Amino acid sequence: MEKIPILRIGKVLLVTIQVDMHDRLALALQEDLSERIVRDEANGVIIDISALDIVDSFIGRVLSNTAAVARILDAETIVVGMQPAVAITLVELGLNLTGVKTALNVELGMAMLSRRLRS
Amino acid sequence: MTSDVQIPSAMPLYTDDDVVRVRAQVRQFAVEIGLSLVDQTKVVTAASELARNTLRHAGGGEARLQILQRENMRGLHLAFSDRGPGIADIGLAMTDGYTSGGGLGLGLGGAKRLVDEFELTTEVGKGTTVVIIKWKRF
Repeated sequence: MEKIPILRIGKVLLVTIQVDMHDRLALALQEDLSERIVRDEANGVIIDISALDIVDSFIGRVLSNTAAVARILDAETIVVGMQPAVAITLVELGLNLTGVKTALNVELGMAMLSRRLRS
Repeated sequence: MTSDVQIPSAMPLYTDDDVVRVRAQVRQFAVEIGLSLVDQTKVVTAASELARNTLRHAGGGEARLQILQRENMRGLHLAFSDRGPGIADIGLAMTDGYTSGGGLGLGLGGAKRLVDEFELTTEVGKGTTVVIIKWKRF
């Protein structure tokens, strides 16, 4: 089965989603990420969704759950790069991405994480 | 008056990959009729919710995609139908937060908010059809 690659930069895991994910792939990513947080002792996760054309309720839930699991494993998740049209649609859909922190791009997401690590 | 400019293309909905294919085809039609990027995103997202409902709640079905021409307006007409259990309480099923499938319960109500027209027909034991239309704004 295809997998979404997870890169490690120091204590941060970086995932760039570049395909239109089917549901199983999204769930596999959630599991892979939680395993990698533990194995790599990561304290931050950045999920770059700038290439995603839509975020529907399922993907939204996967993002929320991933962030919640990461938090329990002492890692902070930041979703970066959401397209404006996707944000507008999410709000109308009624999805508020509970507990998910966001930043405009990977660089700003990294800056958020390093501020958290310093404090 | 509504007249079809295209034979509806029926797509099977039995796997996760079918949902991805339907999303891609809806996107292609949305671009073809000149929907704005936001409206493209809304209709593809609505289609994704409804396609997943068909798969999860009824075990599968089909999607029919059609481009509509009404005087000077063009629209995208999407029908999702199944021969599943049907919906006993439509009001409840449309309520945000209610779910029978372990999801977020935003599928039906959410999809309705994202499109211009929404029609749900269902019969317990026979199946469900949801039709949505998104018109191009001028």
